[in-house]
Amino acid sequence: MHIPDGFLSVATIATTYAVSAGGVSYAVREANKKLKEKHVPLMGVLAAFIFAAQMLNFPVLGGTSGHVIGAALAAILLGPWVAILIMSCVLIAQSLIFQDGGLLALGANIFNMGIVASFSGYYLYRLTVMLLGDGKRSRLTGGFIGAWGSVFLASIACAIELAISGASPLVVVLPAMAGVHALIGIGEGLITGAALSLVLKTRVDLWQLQKV
Amino acid sequence: MKWWHIGLIVCLVVAVISPLASSSPDGLERVAEDGGFIGLGQEAPFMLIADYVFPGIENEAVATILAGLIGTLILFGVVCGLAWLIKSRKKESTEPAV
Repeated sequence: MHIPDGFLSVATIATTYAVSAGGVSYAVREANKKLKEKHVPLMGVLAAFIFAAQMLNFPVLGGTSGHVIGAALAAILLGPWVAILIMSCVLIAQSLIFQDGGLLALGANIFNMGIVASFSGYYLYRLTVMLLGDGKRSRLTGGFIGAWGSVFLASIACAIELAISGASPLVVVLPAMAGVHALIGIGEGLITGAALSLVLKTRVDLWQLQKV
Repeated sequence: MKWWHIGLIVCLVVAVISPLASSSPDGLERVAEDGGFIGLGQEAPFMLIADYVFPGIENEAVATILAGLIGTLILFGVVCGLAWLIKSRKKESTEPAV
């Protein structure tokens, strides 16, 4: 879902850069209050994992592929603000070094795959665990729902930006983006669930770290 | 061996299998092709390891693996460094100013 340069209008670029810059600087302040030494290696491993996993495109219907975003996994383990920081680092590196996602579109990509995906993934997870009661199964179910929702909502944000920019009318681009990402989200849900279940089996203490 | 050593090894293994990834267009590219606006896309002003293929290596799988390993290690290093900085700055600010 990395938007290249050329798809977005100047107004959309400016707005998304401003919102993302504000979000990231607030995330730094929140992290500054709560981050402990124990969080450091988990943040590094999650960033490395999200980068590597994003390279692994899996096929979905009709000659289309998708890859995980990873924001929901990071947000569930460490909270949405830390997830925004991790996603921003991944997206900046992808744009600067790997020419994946435009430099001008970076603000929009951080907004969609960082801010929208982290918050939606985190709160859908929390909501599921609250409704089902805490337990192994409800955490994994919440992980799946949060991950699916994060992709779905990020794709809707992306579609709205494309429509506002005049790349494609909303009535066309919104159902198209939401439809294909509803499928990609299933992959995100399964991979997030698998990663969370690995954490649950091996190092459940990492899941108990204070959320930021 | 600490847990994050194993975690990092898992990440590097994922990078090594990255040439197995599907090369079909992703969701957004598909929508842009079908919607007829893929042509709006512009080339990046500079190229480093464009499209996850390390330049100058003939074997594309090797070039992809190398790109993946480099990116994975960079992100581990940068994010650990950033997290460490954010965490340490707090300690300084809570100490009385001299």
